[in-house]
Amino acid sequence: MGDSQYSFSLTTFSPSGKLVQIEHALTAVGSGQTSLGIKAANGVVIATEKKLPSILVDETSVQKIQILTPNIGVVYSGMGPDSRVLVRKSRKQAEQYHRLYKEPIPVTQLVRETAAVMQEFTQSGGVRPFGVSLLVAGFDDKGPQLYQVDPSGSYFSWKASAMGKNVSNAKTFLEKRYTDDMELDDAVHTAILTLKEGFEGQISGKNIEIGIIGNDKVFRVLTPAEIEDYLQEVE
Amino acid sequence: MSIFEYNGSALVAMVGKNCFAIASDRRLGVQLQTIATDFQKIYKIHDKLFIGLSGLATDAQTLYQRLVFRHKLYQLREERDMKPETFSSLVSAILYEKRFGPYFCQPVIAGLGDEDKPFICTMDSIGAKELAKDFVVAGTASESLYGACESMFKPDMDAEELF
Repeated sequence: MGDSQYSFSLTTFSPSGKLVQIEHALTAVGSGQTSLGIKAANGVVIATEKKLPSILVDETSVQKIQILTPNIGVVYSGMGPDSRVLVRKSRKQAEQYHRLYKEPIPVTQLVRETAAVMQEFTQSGGVRPFGVSLLVAGFDDKGPQLYQVDPSGSYFSWKASAMGKNVSNAKTFLEKRYTDDMELDDAVHTAILTLKEGFEGQISGKNIEIGIIGNDKVFRVLTPAEIEDYLQEVE
Repeated sequence: MSIFEYNGSALVAMVGKNCFAIASDRRLGVQLQTIATDFQKIYKIHDKLFIGLSGLATDAQTLYQRLVFRHKLYQLREERDMKPETFSSLVSAILYEKRFGPYFCQPVIAGLGDEDKPFICTMDSIGAKELAKDFVVAGTASESLYGACESMFKPDMDAEELF
């Protein structure tokens, strides 16, 4: 198609009205490891596969789910290093907000500012878009919230969402299983089952990561032992 | 003569039972000459938040305009009004930005926070907050106001008594 002639420069629209570099960025996300998030009535859970390139890698040193503020956490699908840069910027923005207002930043505001950063990189010279989609999970005065932010800088609030390799199967599974009045524990079980759907090999506490936030408004990543407990409940 | 005493002002805010009162004089002077007796020193930020600004009149007006600007943006972005505590942190930050060329104002902030709990505070011209549970004063008459408040204040007054 004529589009390929326009794929070299990020800041040039193709005749069909697309920015081809962003499409390619979304492909990069789509070939990343599956991650998903579910918003329950009393909390949010986010989870991801943690497939390491070799058994020699020390899995305790790898953490894909990161904390942005004490009550907001994030997981990504796509290029790890890109997500680290975004996490760093988001943490800084959250702290700046707190310094000014002495209040924790609302989830929507943090998502908006992170998305604005991602959009900047689609309209500047000499840079490329971020090759990650983020799932931001938080609990503030407005209750539990789950947002997905794409490389283009667009963001949506989701009741449940998935990204990465197995996205279409995972989303179909979530659509069937999601209920509005789900409790946090049910959501964790559903998350595990969804990950299991597309998982190659044996699922265990060491090759998935789960982060939860409940009514206590404290985001934390579950330890492998806690994940094993949930896995056994699911069996 | 001190720059804070150039225009002259007196401000006081007090806490009552689920209510607060904020009051000021209305004189605008140039040193000893009175040039207006209807000058506004207390401004409304939103229905449950008021700020009184004492000190140099020009700085008070400019500072008020800046604060209204910041609050309007906040309202548009966050789709809610600012809480008084948040607003006072914002005022403190804005005043400190000008640490080495300050606004010659002393603000008094009074509002109703969550569940209509009254909140008052004052700060100096570079943003040092002073929270109080009973009353705060600011301006050229602050010493006499302190005296008046100490003798007349009692806790949990209702709106009528507070007035």
